[in-house]
Amino acid sequence: MEQIYKAPPECQTKFTFGSGRDFLRAKVSDLSFRYNPEDRRVLNKVSLPVFDKKITALIGPSGCGKTTLLRCFNRMHDLYNATSYEGDIVLYPEGKNILSSEIDPMEVRMRIGMVFQKPNPFPKTIYENVAYGLKVRGIKKKSFIDEKIEKSLVQAGLWSEVKDRLQAQATALSGGQQQRLCIARALATDPQILLLDEPTSALDPISTAHIEELIVEIKDDVTIVIVTHNLHQAARCADYTSFMYMGDLIEYGPSEQIFTKPQDKRTENYITGRFG
Amino acid sequence: METIMASASDVENKLEPLSVLKSNLAVNVKQRKRSDFLFSLVGLMSLLFALITLLALFVDLAMTGVPRIDLAFFAEFPSRFASKAGILSAWVGTFAVMITTAFCAIPMGIAAGIYLEEYAPKNWLTRLIELNIINLAGVPSITFGLMALGLFVYKLQLGQSILTAGLTLGLLVLPIIIVTTREAIRTIPNSIREASYGLGATHWQTIQDHILPYSSGGILTGVIIALSRAIGETAPLVTIGALTFIAFLPSSPVSPEYPFLSFKWLMDSFTVMPIQMFNWISRPQAEFHVNAAATGVVLLLMTLIMNGIAIFIRYRFRKKMKW
Amino acid sequence: MADLTAFTSADHPVRKWRKVKDKIIESILFLAALSSVFVTIGIIYILVSESLPFFQHVSFKEFVTEKEWTPMFSEAKFGILPLVVGTFMATLIALTVAIPLGTITAAYLSEYVKPNVREMLKPILEMLAAVPSVVYGYFALLFVTPILQKFLPELGGFSVLSAGIVMGIMIIPYISSLSEDAMRSVPTHLREASAALGSSKFQTTFRVVFPSAFSGISSAYILGISRALGETMVVAIAAGMQPNLSLNPLEPASTITAYIVQVSLGDLPHGSIGFQSIYVAGLTLLIMTLIFNVLGMWIKVRFQEKE
Repeated sequence: MEQIYKAPPECQTKFTFGSGRDFLRAKVSDLSFRYNPEDRRVLNKVSLPVFDKKITALIGPSGCGKTTLLRCFNRMHDLYNATSYEGDIVLYPEGKNILSSEIDPMEVRMRIGMVFQKPNPFPKTIYENVAYGLKVRGIKKKSFIDEKIEKSLVQAGLWSEVKDRLQAQATALSGGQQQRLCIARALATDPQILLLDEPTSALDPISTAHIEELIVEIKDDVTIVIVTHNLHQAARCADYTSFMYMGDLIEYGPSEQIFTKPQDKRTENYITGRFG
Repeated sequence: METIMASASDVENKLEPLSVLKSNLAVNVKQRKRSDFLFSLVGLMSLLFALITLLALFVDLAMTGVPRIDLAFFAEFPSRFASKAGILSAWVGTFAVMITTAFCAIPMGIAAGIYLEEYAPKNWLTRLIELNIINLAGVPSITFGLMALGLFVYKLQLGQSILTAGLTLGLLVLPIIIVTTREAIRTIPNSIREASYGLGATHWQTIQDHILPYSSGGILTGVIIALSRAIGETAPLVTIGALTFIAFLPSSPVSPEYPFLSFKWLMDSFTVMPIQMFNWISRPQAEFHVNAAATGVVLLLMTLIMNGIAIFIRYRFRKKMKW
Repeated sequence: MADLTAFTSADHPVRKWRKVKDKIIESILFLAALSSVFVTIGIIYILVSESLPFFQHVSFKEFVTEKEWTPMFSEAKFGILPLVVGTFMATLIALTVAIPLGTITAAYLSEYVKPNVREMLKPILEMLAAVPSVVYGYFALLFVTPILQKFLPELGGFSVLSAGIVMGIMIIPYISSLSEDAMRSVPTHLREASAALGSSKFQTTFRVVFPSAFSGISSAYILGISRALGETMVVAIAAGMQPNLSLNPLEPASTITAYIVQVSLGDLPHGSIGFQSIYVAGLTLLIMTLIFNVLGMWIKVRFQEKE
């Protein structure tokens, strides 16, 4: 099973890390991005691997391009006019460049889920929120949907709190619960990658701790790419970390290495709190 | 206690004398406080003036009109005799015209609103459409009547019918529906759209499952306000030559034969309540003025109830949809 | 489950259909939006094409210089002046009522009243705008005129004065609501800066808030003007429908809109000069309101650029 996730040999040459037993789930190579053809590049030839069932953290000061990079993974930028990509993100096992104009962004989003900075549940019931991803995929079988909803709410650690009120409005939940609902909503569709865009930045410390635990737990089932401005969070959760600065990827490696012996001066300055 | 007071006055004595700027501080403050108070009085009065006028209008109309309202008033056709006349053909006509107006304006207005908010690219054509809608909202209603007279009545030969009236009022209130639809859609934060797309929804699925349901309160408010405006609209219908003496009802919308629905009524002539009221006001006899007041009471109640519902929906939805 | 294992290629039938469907929906919505442009084109086309034959009978010079408007008389005269003057008189009286009351009410609601009270008062005030104009006509003729006659015994049953006053009351909510929006959108820090310098609320309202909100307030005034110019039923009922080149507000007069109603009530054959005359009158009105609308937009655009 794991074999099929293994990248073709040419993709592995550039990155050799860790135990060597990690399999590639996606590979970003020479990715540049502009919001407008006339504007400067917000991302500048960024390359990094995303390993299967691992947590990859993107860190860096505000405006470094980490959220922009994350939103490339599910082609969110396509919603707005005039944005342009160069380079590619190859998704495995399909081995397709998901940034290619040949690929429908909607199909990318069906494979790659996303959780946003601020909890954004739909003003519908809890049940409808989690079921929505399945609904747009044309799944109508109620028993299947119910099963999926329970499974993903359990995964998101929300099941015990909401199982008796699935028909309640999602907006009535607390902020932390809403964010876990959004995670459940994304998990219900079995994403190949789950993108988390500063998922705890709008939450209180207790909810943040909850979500962090949850992230570590679900990585057994799903590949995670997380943007965070909280270095402790990255150090605690992430297997791999990449440091970005002004649209450049400065350094990538196992989190341990980045946080204990960074190779680049800028990375060191950032993680020791000298700027950012 | 005394020592404290003493030391305080010592301190005061040590202060420099007040500068010229501050010498008449007390007087100045007093004056300005008075102007503040006076203005709040003037403001209250002008607000009250508006509200009292509104009240006077209600009371005057009700005192004259309400005693005239009974069941027969709704069940009788207009007549040469004021005491026998009723508004049967007028309220049926208002109802029929409103249905036609709603069918014409609501789908088109909402569709246009969705296009402008969710699809329209930023180009000259979009800008032209937007400017045009703002401008159209400011065109006098009687101009729509003149257009309808030339276009629907004479060019398209639709006659002075319910269809012509419905189309005219529909076009007249179209900008209201477009503008309120856009405003309602605009309050939905982008994060909701991104959540929907993020789950793999298409553009239309996002609109259908999220944008429309979440803005439905605002859109409904706009629709009701638009229809309440159309109900009271008189001038454009007078212009298309709506007859004022109609002692018959439009043909029935149900027919005994297949397909059981008939649209013949669309081509019938009609009268509506505001025209009936206008007709009665224009007569010199005071008895007809009583009829006019009674019609006015009915008309006013209808528009105020509709507006009340609109305000209520807006309030409820604002409470429910907190982003 | 739907096919999730492979990305579809660009020419996959499912994707093609999806694209076609999206395009169809977009085109339908676009046509709905575009229809509003056709309404404008329709209005302009009909008004112009029906008015043109009028000028084959009447010279443009006569139209603008003749001092009488009597298209129904056997010796018909076609000078638009009495109607235009009547229209502006009624508008002027309406604005004299509506601008001070509307502005003061707006300032009061925006700066002096507690928010919860304001939220309660605003809908009530907006009801003034919801009352059908024919009801206002009744009010002008049978309520306001008798009251005015007590103070002005020489006032007849029909007058521009009472029609104008009632029209003014009618447009108060337009002016107050938009002006209040404009005043409330003035950022709080400006008010705080003014208060910190020791200004009273009154000074802050009129020296800081009012000037900052001026573009919004003036576009409210302009909206009020174009409403008043185009208002029909109140003047048709209460002002007397007599084209009258006089500046005396106590006399009856006619406006452009009232004239159109008057003619429409009769039975003029399509193509007669009387019929054409209402289109000429309507076109004149359209141009007048258009000028004010464009002025309003211009003020708005100019001011937005400045900010």
